[in-house]
Amino acid sequence: MTAWLKKSILKKKEPDNQWIKCPDCAEILYKNLLIDNINVCTRCGHHFRLSPDGWLGYLVNRGTFKEINENIQSVDPLDFSDAKERYVDKLNRSMKKTGMKSAIITGVGKIGKQKACLGIMNFAFLGGSMGSVLGEKVARLFEHAIELSLPVILISASGGARMHEGIYSLLQMAKTSAAIRKHSEAGQLYISIMTDPTTGGVSASFSALGDIMIGEPGALIGFAGPRVIEQTIKQKLPPKFQTAEFLYDHGMLDMIVNRKELKSILIELLTFFG
Amino acid sequence: MSVWEKIEELEKQIDKFKSLSVEEHIEVDEVIVILKEKINDLHKNLTSWDRTRMARHIDRPKFLDYVPKLFNYFQEIGGDRKFKNDNAIICGLASLDKRKVVVIGQEKGKDTSDKIYRNFGMSHPEGYWKTIRVMKLAEKFGLPLLLFVDTPGAYPGIGAEERGQLVAIAENLYELSGIRIPIIVTILGEGGSGGALALGVGDRLLMMENAIYSVISPEGCAAILWRDASKAEQAANALKISAFDLKEFGIIHEIIQEPGGGAHKDFNAAADKLKKSIKNSLNKLVKVPIDELLDQRYNMLRKFGVFKEK
Repeated sequence: MTAWLKKSILKKKEPDNQWIKCPDCAEILYKNLLIDNINVCTRCGHHFRLSPDGWLGYLVNRGTFKEINENIQSVDPLDFSDAKERYVDKLNRSMKKTGMKSAIITGVGKIGKQKACLGIMNFAFLGGSMGSVLGEKVARLFEHAIELSLPVILISASGGARMHEGIYSLLQMAKTSAAIRKHSEAGQLYISIMTDPTTGGVSASFSALGDIMIGEPGALIGFAGPRVIEQTIKQKLPPKFQTAEFLYDHGMLDMIVNRKELKSILIELLTFFG
Repeated sequence: MSVWEKIEELEKQIDKFKSLSVEEHIEVDEVIVILKEKINDLHKNLTSWDRTRMARHIDRPKFLDYVPKLFNYFQEIGGDRKFKNDNAIICGLASLDKRKVVVIGQEKGKDTSDKIYRNFGMSHPEGYWKTIRVMKLAEKFGLPLLLFVDTPGAYPGIGAEERGQLVAIAENLYELSGIRIPIIVTILGEGGSGGALALGVGDRLLMMENAIYSVISPEGCAAILWRDASKAEQAANALKISAFDLKEFGIIHEIIQEPGGGAHKDFNAAADKLKKSIKNSLNKLVKVPIDELLDQRYNMLRKFGVFKEK
């Protein structure tokens, strides 16, 4: 049998890609059931990544979410191209693929009886990388929360700073941290939720500045990428290194929360500090 | 021949003419002026990659070289009061002529054993906890803060991650954005990523002419986007990381001119210029009421970034 024939037969066995294999327990999961279970493996509890729509549907009361600053878009300040393509082309591809204009959605919504400002990152948009737009939307979210006297809940998923915007990307770390300080000085609560993965410039700025910091089970969280560390120190990394559990054990997180319990925990925290 | 080799060649010629003038009593001033102009022209055309090589030059003056040139009094103070003293970041009490200041600088080290002692200027979290402790001391006594940046980046290692490199850097950014004293940042050599930015927030940003400031090292960028670390030259130029790029972007306030061939060629001249600029900036900053200064700092940070909105 030729290779292409084999491929097409195999493809037919999985119509429309309705099945997905769990990377932890190897269970073959029906996608629709997985979505009903907010992307948590029904067998072993592995947390798959969740899209902003998935998060909103799960956490926020139906019909209460109002998006803000949805029309901010990236430009190409450095006229940047890598080996393969221009940055603008890469951006256009990501916008088409995700249906989003940036790697974060921000707005105001109700969780239980409490109103809160929400930011939800999308790893599918250029690896959730932070450029000028992401930094601006995060800073404006905290400023909006100061005006409305509301807490902020921010769900991170990011590989780090967006190289294609050079120094502008790096400076977003300082910009977002400054806005969080203003929000904090106004006496408002900030809950940071780190999902898989939260690394680099995002992990070392707004994600790490929560009054309460929550990690998802098994999520990769760290400053330097594991490959960079391995190359630098020239030794194998210990098991569970840079997982949420590792960070919790070393005192960097308040708690690790299973996604299925997250909503009730958030309601409790908002009520406690509210 | 690289630009630096060309510059070096021209400098050798200048030296030759100078000794000729002494030995043979020949008038050479005009030739020297022409050669110096040629060097200046070459300087203007340096690429980001040329600057990267100069920022990392083995003879380039480091933070500890600048200390005795800038300050007539300097007393190092150490430790984060939590775990250990990080030797990649040096803190001190200092006098800049008559003005008392607090100084924090990154030090890469000189020879091999010193470089190892300084961990090549790459801090662990302890370094950033130390800077927070020291900047709060400066705030308590109302002393201006001078920050000096020269690092390839924060150290990527097991211990650094265990002890919360991400939290340490984030808290530095948080503290610097609102600390109630004037801050002047000078980028001396390599401004590498988050590890540099952690000491890079202030009211005035100065940058030595041949320093670089980048979101990622050219090698790191090349390895990720070109899948080939040897494409670092391409990456450096694409990232636009020179002092002139950053001045054009409106990110830094001032470029400190270096002598032809770089700061190490005439270190006294380079240090004098830097001292003058720091004093000028400081004289202006201390006159601004602190609440106004904090508003200005916030507005400056908020304006970083380019995007469109429709």
